[in-house]
Amino acid sequence: MSSIMSDLDEADATVRVRFVVNGRKTACDVAPRDTLVDCLRTQLELTGTHAGCEMGACGACLVQLDGRAVHACLMFAVQADGARIDTIEGLSESGVIADLQAEFHRRNALQCGFCTPGMLINAHELLSNVARPSREAIRDALSGNFCRCTGYEAIVDAIAAVAEARAAKAAQGAEGASS
Amino acid sequence: MKARAFSYFRASTVEEALDAHAQGGDDARYIAGGQSLVPALALRLQAPRRLVDINHIDELRGVRREGEWLRIGALTRHCEMLTEPLIAEFAPLLRAAAPFVAHPAIRNRGTLGGSVALADPASEFPAVVLALEAEIEVAGPAGRRRVRAEDFFVDLFETALAPGELLVAVHVPLFNPGQRIAFDELARRRGDYALVGCGISATCADDLITDIRIAFFSVGNVPTRARRAESEIAGSRLSPDVIAAAQAALGEDLAPDDGDDVPAAMRLHLARVLLGRLLGQIGGAT
Ligand SMILES: Cc1cc2nc3c(=O)[nH]c(=O)nc-3n(C[C@H](O)[C@H](O)[C@H](O)COP(=O)(O)OP(=O)(O)OC[C@H]3O[C@@H](n4cnc5c(N)ncnc54)[C@H](O)[C@@H]3O)c2cc1C
Ligand code: FES
Ligand code: FES
Repeated sequence: MSSIMSDLDEADATVRVRFVVNGRKTACDVAPRDTLVDCLRTQLELTGTHAGCEMGACGACLVQLDGRAVHACLMFAVQADGARIDTIEGLSESGVIADLQAEFHRRNALQCGFCTPGMLINAHELLSNVARPSREAIRDALSGNFCRCTGYEAIVDAIAAVAEARAAKAAQGAEGASS
Repeated sequence: MKARAFSYFRASTVEEALDAHAQGGDDARYIAGGQSLVPALALRLQAPRRLVDINHIDELRGVRREGEWLRIGALTRHCEMLTEPLIAEFAPLLRAAAPFVAHPAIRNRGTLGGSVALADPASEFPAVVLALEAEIEVAGPAGRRRVRAEDFFVDLFETALAPGELLVAVHVPLFNPGQRIAFDELARRRGDYALVGCGISATCADDLITDIRIAFFSVGNVPTRARRAESEIAGSRLSPDVIAAAQAALGEDLAPDDGDDVPAAMRLHLARVLLGRLLGQIGGAT
């Protein structure tokens, strides 16, 4: 029991957490009640992750935790100690979602842009799991992401178009390899 | 809003978690996926002084066969219900229900143990656990015990868990090829909590239903077995007459309250519609 008391992070103390954010080892001092989204935005100045409802309803705060999309408002930063976190900044810099970003831009799938980071993180996860999702599957994947501007149609269009383009490219690649 | 300040402890064994919770007294809470607890903290519906994080306890993880049972660790995430082969083979009703639970990113974090321990009357998994006649393994200061699902859900957000007890695993009797399952719910929008939902597990000999378990959710304070409807069906073929009798019997099985926007009569009507569809699926699966 005494060992437990020494490992307990007191409510008013700050705790050092270490994680890998966008490929870089990072340390932060947080209070136990600080959410991951607040830590990312205020301490690490990664303001691409947005804080909207702060209760899991809007999807603006999505990040990747060890490779999976999660809500950064529904996690405390202390819980992420030792984890790998990728934010919209990291995904943008690496180029893995460049085609999604370009297609969102081209089709006006964003207006104010508040929802866009969350939309892109979810779209990225969907297309990593399912090569050619139906429009219904795309809507299903985005069911927890609110957009107050676009009416969603252009967002679904953009994701469907990228899925098609990637599939076409993969087919070409396979043809090229076999010939 | 932000959560009230709390102390935080990351447990690595069940014993550590129980100790840390006991030391925190009435003001301690376990945190699993946090997908229900963190919104409650942010809205200050709850303001515990201590959180005991159970996400790093190996014993709570994993799905494996144990004789005639499938042991599903409390930390099994909702998304794993869709990808874990043992769930697909031996507990397909959990898999059928999973797409209806929240949204993909919430399914990446939310846990079966958290859903069952919370016992939200509108939640899918508690009803599934009831339909499967599963047993819930619990650890507490006094040791381990297994509680039948039937005895687990006591009242609104109230379970057989004593304060400080930890849900360790859900044990599900293995699905066998003679069984059929069906699951569906009616909701206003995709990912929303259901107006009414239902899971069914039936045992068949040719097209005779020898045994059937029907569990509804979102129809009262706890997930509810429709025992009168079940008895209309057991021992029969699913003819239109039998289905109609089962639908009629729901009037005795379910007593939904008048909600703000859903009158009791509407909920009962929707339950009958849903039961008709699901029995159609069970009957049509020959
Ligand atoms: C926008 C949104 C939509 C949602 N929609 C749905 C839906 O349609 N259907 C649905 O079922 N759920 C829904 N949920 C809730 C989600 O499924 C939660 O994951 C689940 O209810 C709780 O699991 P958790 O692991 O996140 O538990 P937590 O939030 O960590 O904990 C919930 C409660 O259970 C206790 N607890 C957790 N694990 C244990 C354990 N092993 N032993 C003892 N006590 C424990 C905690 O102390 C807490 O009181 C939704 C959530 C959100 C934010
Ligand atoms: S800010 Fe996290 S879901 Fe809205
Ligand atoms: S673009 Fe404004 S909320 Fe989606």
